[in-house]
Amino acid sequence: MGDKMNAIYMDHHATTPLDAEVLDAMMPFLTENFGNPSSSTHEFGRIARNAVELGRQQIAELIGAESADEIVFTSGATESDNLALKGAAYGQKKRNGHIITLATEHKAILDTAKRLQKEGYEISFAKIDSHGVVNLDDLRNLIKPETFLISVQAANSEIGTLQPIAQIGALAHEHHILFHTDAVQALGRIDVNVVRDHIDMLSISAHKMYGPKGIGALYVKKGIKLTPIIDGGGHERGMRSGTLNVPGIVGLGKASEIAKRHWKKESARLLGLRNRLAKGIEARIENVRLNGHPTQRLPNNLNYSFAYVEGESLILACKGVALSSGSACTSTSLQSSYVLKAIGVPESLAHCSIRFGLGKSNTEEHVDILLDLLEKNVARLRDMSPLYEMAKEGIDIEKVGWTEHAH
Amino acid sequence: MDLTQEYTDAVMDHYEHPRNVGIVENANGVGVVGNPACGDVMKLTLRVEDGRIVDAKFKTFGCGAAIATSSMVTEMVKGKKVEEALEISNKAVAEALGGLPKVKMHCSVLAEDALKAAIDDFRKKNK
Repeated sequence: MGDKMNAIYMDHHATTPLDAEVLDAMMPFLTENFGNPSSSTHEFGRIARNAVELGRQQIAELIGAESADEIVFTSGATESDNLALKGAAYGQKKRNGHIITLATEHKAILDTAKRLQKEGYEISFAKIDSHGVVNLDDLRNLIKPETFLISVQAANSEIGTLQPIAQIGALAHEHHILFHTDAVQALGRIDVNVVRDHIDMLSISAHKMYGPKGIGALYVKKGIKLTPIIDGGGHERGMRSGTLNVPGIVGLGKASEIAKRHWKKESARLLGLRNRLAKGIEARIENVRLNGHPTQRLPNNLNYSFAYVEGESLILACKGVALSSGSACTSTSLQSSYVLKAIGVPESLAHCSIRFGLGKSNTEEHVDILLDLLEKNVARLRDMSPLYEMAKEGIDIEKVGWTEHAH
Repeated sequence: MDLTQEYTDAVMDHYEHPRNVGIVENANGVGVVGNPACGDVMKLTLRVEDGRIVDAKFKTFGCGAAIATSSMVTEMVKGKKVEEALEISNKAVAEALGGLPKVKMHCSVLAEDALKAAIDDFRKKNK
């Protein structure tokens, strides 16, 4: 059971393995270089401080920030998202301003926005099309004098859809509104430049780019002061107190440096694999539907609904491949994917969705093995499916009067 | 990968080698329960002769547990008198599989409901 060592890992949106180079960079800081960067009186502190500043610089370079000082370290992108929204909100003179975001954002944004709404702030969700791309006209129309923040993700973790960040940044800039982007899924995969795209704040997660878990960062453009959500000593220019996670920072820095070096080539390679997988699925299996934008999409992401076959049952069948699904049965909340719902995918198809997240370890062989498994098992599961039987008989599943059963 | 570790060997066996998949020819009791919008649909067909279930087959749209419980319930009812079959509870189906993860217990309810619906259908047709 759990033959993890031979598994093909294809869930790189959930997390990524630690790069060997990153581990090497971190090791000294987990062993002999254990100093606290705040220790100003001895060498141990100095070594730690230098390592932190190098990390800051490496991250700044990845995103095109003008100064390494604009990087604030956090425990991860969830905290970065919290800090961006709450930090901006609590700094406003009136505690009832307006924030615009999207219904497809990560829960770290949505739940934070929900909390702010309870506290008296107004939250609007800009319209998105059936691929998940924001409607810029609607976004523009939502802006009003009370709007102080727009938060739109650079790329979606489930359907891979890319947002027009440069245009949103320009729009926000035009109206003197803060623009935050959760770039967790974008970094190391597509070009991100905070200056060119008028980005004021940007969330970063280490473990999504072959770095360690438990460390992230928030880019905060010079001149923007956020109200901290964690107090205690005033670290990170008063925006995030707490002894810095030096090994984590070193890891995040190294991961950023590697990403900067490799992303173009790696993304081209992943795009080739993604296209191989997509072509294979569409040529060999009928009644499939791609969720998300066909081209304006992360180079490593696919999300397909395989009609009449439930997601968990298909994943179970693809033994040896680590995947994820938008079906209710694979979620802890027993709800199907809210992202798929937001882009208008019928629930019956949401339960049939599989997300493929390619990464550094994946090869053409992996794709071919997966294609064989998918073809074989979709056919097997469809033979078992009453929905497939009904579809073959020409019955419209959406129109049947289904009886619910107690959950 | 971890999905398989939450399921017992019996569940995995019934999922990988399901028994009685299909539609009973000359079925005289049919039960369809569930909802594609919920991610579970089960169709159970029965052939009842002289008050005894002589054949049972299933088709299921659902997760590994849904398929396994469907398969198990068809095994459990074959050869039973209709009254005996009505006593089969979702707990019994889950137990026969060596247990189900808590979050998957509702799948066993589907199997029980499908069975009751099929028997109900048989009784209606055979008043």
